[in-house]
Amino acid sequence: MSSDDDHVYLSLAEGHADDARWAFGTGFEDPLHGVDTTLPPGVDAGALTALCLALADDALVAAQRLAQWITLAPELEEEVALANIGLDLLGQARLLYARAGQAEGAGRDEDALAYFRDQADFRNVVLAELPNGDFAHCVVKLLLLSSWRLAELTGLTEHPDPVLAAVARKGVSELTYHRDHAAQWVVRLGDGTEESARRTSAALAELWPYRAELYAAAPQTRDEVEAVLAQVLDAAHLSAPTDAPTATASGRSGEHTEHLAELLAELQSVARADPEATW
Amino acid sequence: MVNTTLVEEWSQVAATAAASAVCDPELPMLTLADLGVLREVRVDGDGGVTAVLTPTYTGCPALAEMRADVVAALRGAGFAEARVETQLSPPWSTDDITAEGRRKLAEAGIAPPGTAPRRAAGPVPLTLGPTHAAAVVACPRCGSADTEETSRFGATACKALRRCRACREPFEQVKEI
Repeated sequence: MSSDDDHVYLSLAEGHADDARWAFGTGFEDPLHGVDTTLPPGVDAGALTALCLALADDALVAAQRLAQWITLAPELEEEVALANIGLDLLGQARLLYARAGQAEGAGRDEDALAYFRDQADFRNVVLAELPNGDFAHCVVKLLLLSSWRLAELTGLTEHPDPVLAAVARKGVSELTYHRDHAAQWVVRLGDGTEESARRTSAALAELWPYRAELYAAAPQTRDEVEAVLAQVLDAAHLSAPTDAPTATASGRSGEHTEHLAELLAELQSVARADPEATW
Repeated sequence: MVNTTLVEEWSQVAATAAASAVCDPELPMLTLADLGVLREVRVDGDGGVTAVLTPTYTGCPALAEMRADVVAALRGAGFAEARVETQLSPPWSTDDITAEGRRKLAEAGIAPPGTAPRRAAGPVPLTLGPTHAAAVVACPRCGSADTEETSRFGATACKALRRCRACREPFEQVKEI
């Protein structure tokens, strides 16, 4: 039977010679520890690396934006919900970075990929990096991102790489909850008071053009996502913006806004201040 | 003369018992076997033991601790060569929680999950309207079926928050996944 040492940090620290390790920011155990990570024949390592990296960057950046809601959400339950959604995405990011590193074969682990790449190397869609606005903005962005990611992961559940396929299968159940949560809020706000409907419409007007980038990155997701958005807007008694300009955002080619630089500066600052440190 | 088959059988039983008895760090009333995350315990030819675990949620921070606890339990049972493998597929579902696990959850005041939604091939349909209207979640304290969801997300990734309209008490539910 396991010992009296049932404290999570003590137990985690067991694998480390350094007893002084008291917090966990870098140097986690490999998230794919104990998983058969052989690359199956016929899988293009370069393409797999790029795909995992893009999906991981979307998740990491979106998770960071969700974490920024903590202490700011309109109610405690909502804060817990946004933190949980962020944690799911962070978990997906860790596995995907680890897989990207293995497929790349250059010895980069999840920390190297998350903390030691610069803005131009990030491949997340621009929608994920946009700064947080009001709560209507938050749930509209979450609806767009989660509907799109759910569609993309659903398509990847049959990917020839068994690790990516497994991450996608698990991700589909998680994303289903995220999309539900966002959709219910959009309906509640759109069909709520005059003020909540006004704010939700404003968020839609701002964020609607970014769909173009999502569909350019994963064209096969378009029909599903458009159908979901139409269903939600209909229930929320909101209409899709008609005169939305065409956005030219292209985060997948490394073209980002200054907001990503700001986000990464915060996210990466501690790891970069002392690159050899494990904390 | 040593009866090898008997030794192997004994090792299998002892290793399975040791790994199965490890408790979940977040739901300490459940063992890993109750939770359904312990997929297999294998006695290898070299006298070592491999336990196969599957994660509940991808971001669940408890997995590293589960792994460490299983290794410690196996060592404690005399298996110096204890290894843990992670199996990602098929993904864990709350349907994997055993009947015994469900009983222990209810006893601890946590409503056990209903049947997880089965996913057909193709896009996941979006259902709007009252959440889980069809599923009845009984209050683990007073047993009333008159309960409502207050938040889909709780203190850990695996739980939702609910409230009983009859006894007015809030409670947690392991949500279906």
